Amino acid sequence: MKPFAYRRVDDVPAAVRAAGDGARVRFLAGGTNLIDLMKQGVEEPEQLVDVSRLPLTAIEETARGEVTLGALARNSDVAAHRVIRMRYPALAEALLSGASPQLRNMATVGGNLLQRTRCPYFTDPAFAECNKRRPGSGCAARQGYTRMHAILGASDACIATHPSDMAVALAVLDAMIDVTGPDGDRSLAIGDFHRLPGATPHVETNLRPGELIVAVRLPASPFARRSHYVKVRDRASYAFALVSVAAAVGLDGGGMIRAARLALGGVAHKPWRVPAAEEALIGRRADSRAYADAADLLLQGARPLRDNAFKIELARRTVVRALTVAATRG
Amino acid sequence: MPDPAFTEPIGGERALAPAWINGVPHPLPDDPRVTLLDFLREQLGLTGTKVGCDHGQCGACTVIVNGRRVNACLTLAVTVAGDQVTTVEGLARPDGRLHAVQAAFLEHDAFQCGYCTPGQLCSAAALLDELALGEPSAVTPAVERVADIVLTDDEIRERMSGNLCRCGAYTNIVAAVRAAARAQNAHGRVR
Repeated sequence: MKPFAYRRVDDVPAAVRAAGDGARVRFLAGGTNLIDLMKQGVEEPEQLVDVSRLPLTAIEETARGEVTLGALARNSDVAAHRVIRMRYPALAEALLSGASPQLRNMATVGGNLLQRTRCPYFTDPAFAECNKRRPGSGCAARQGYTRMHAILGASDACIATHPSDMAVALAVLDAMIDVTGPDGDRSLAIGDFHRLPGATPHVETNLRPGELIVAVRLPASPFARRSHYVKVRDRASYAFALVSVAAAVGLDGGGMIRAARLALGGVAHKPWRVPAAEEALIGRRADSRAYADAADLLLQGARPLRDNAFKIELARRTVVRALTVAATRG
Repeated sequence: MPDPAFTEPIGGERALAPAWINGVPHPLPDDPRVTLLDFLREQLGLTGTKVGCDHGQCGACTVIVNGRRVNACLTLAVTVAGDQVTTVEGLARPDGRLHAVQAAFLEHDAFQCGYCTPGQLCSAAALLDELALGEPSAVTPAVERVADIVLTDDEIRERMSGNLCRCGAYTNIVAAVRAAARAQNAHGRVR
C-alpha cells in the first residue's frame, strides 16, 4: 500500500472541508472495497478521511411516511430492520444476498453505492489496459473472459458491470440519494446516480468532486411491500450476481397490474431499468405471460459478449420468477 | 459528548484513543497502513487470528469488533480506536472455561488442519448473537414476516459462508454450530 495521510472527522462539515475538491482524497467508511483496492494498487489516495464515526447511522421513518437510511447504516442493520423487512422486502433480500456476514457488518449504505466493479481486468493492475484505471489505455476485458460482463449499455471503452445488489433494489423503490459537498446539499434519484460507461468509464457516478453521501431516502410506496429480489450466481452464497432482478408490483382487487417496477443487476454498468417494460405491465393480468413480455422489453437491445450469451435467457426467466413472487406478497 | 475515539487534547493535538483488545487497552500504530490483522499478529503477538487471502474473501482473519464479526484484513488498525476487539484468544472466559462454540468444535471434531478454525470460532460466536437478535439471512423464509429464526442446517451454512475451509470440514462445522446453538439456548429455534 502506498503511504497516505489519515484523518478522522467528527461531523459532516469537517468531512467536506477535509475532502476539499476531492482530488487524491477518499472518504473511508466500511473500507471493504476501498482498502482491498488500495492493497491491489488500484486506488492510491494521498489522504483518507475517515467518516465512519459520523452520526449518519440512523434508520428512521419520517412524518411524510418516507424511510431514511443514514449513509453509514451498516448493510446488516438495514437488512435486519423491521420496517425495511416489512415495507421494502426486496431491499432486505438484496442486502442479505450480498457478500458475507462479516462484510455486511462493515459495509455501509453509502459505500455500497460507491463500490467499484469486480471486473478482474480492473482490479488487477497486471493488466495494462483498463479505461477505468487508466483512461485511454484500452479494455483488456474485451479480449478476455467475459462470462461476468455486461450485455446491456456497454461501450467500446468498457464492458464492466456494477456489482451492488442493494442498488438494484433501490432502483425499484424510487430511492433518492442525499448528498452534501462544497456547493451545498442536493438530492439525486437513484436512476441518475450511476452512469453508463460511454467514453468515460472512469467517471462512475454523477457525484461532484468532494461530495459526500449523507442518506438514502425511500419514499412511501403503495406497492413496495409487493417487492422481491432474486439473485442468480455460480454458488449458493457469497458470490456476485450473474444476473439479478428486483421487482415490485401493485395489483388491484381483481389481479390486474396497476403499477410495476423492474430492474436488472449483473448485466450493465448500473441497475438496468426500462420504463416501457414497466408500463407494458399496467392493465395486464398478473401472470407469467405478462411477465415474460415485460422481460423481453427489458432485455431489448441486449448484446452478449463471447462468454455471456446465457445471461439473456437467464435474465428473462429470473424476471418472471421475481415478478411471480413479488405479486404473491401482500 | 466527546468522541471516545480520541483522548483529551494534549498540547493542542488530539491523539487516537487505544483499542481494547480482549479487554486490555493497546495504543494503535502510527502508520495508518497497518491492518488490524497485522497489528494483532505482528505487534501484539496475538497470532491466533490467521492471515488467509488478505482480501476479505476467506474469513480466516475474522474477529469481533464491538460485538460484530468483521474481516480484520480489511480493517485499518487506526479505525478501531476506542473500540472493543475480541479475538480467538479472548473467546474463553478468564478462568479458562471455553466458549460454547469452542467446546462444540472440540466435541464434533470440526476441523482438520485448524488454520481456518480461529476465524470459524469467532464467526460462529457472533452468529449465535445475531440469532438471538432475530437477524434474518438470505435463506430465511419470508423475510417480510418478522418471526423467530429456525436454525436449520441451511441457515447455518448460509450464516457461516464467509468462512472458507480448504480441508472441507464443513459437515462437522455445521454439526458443531448446531450443537453450540442448542447449548447456548439461543433464541432461535434449532431444528
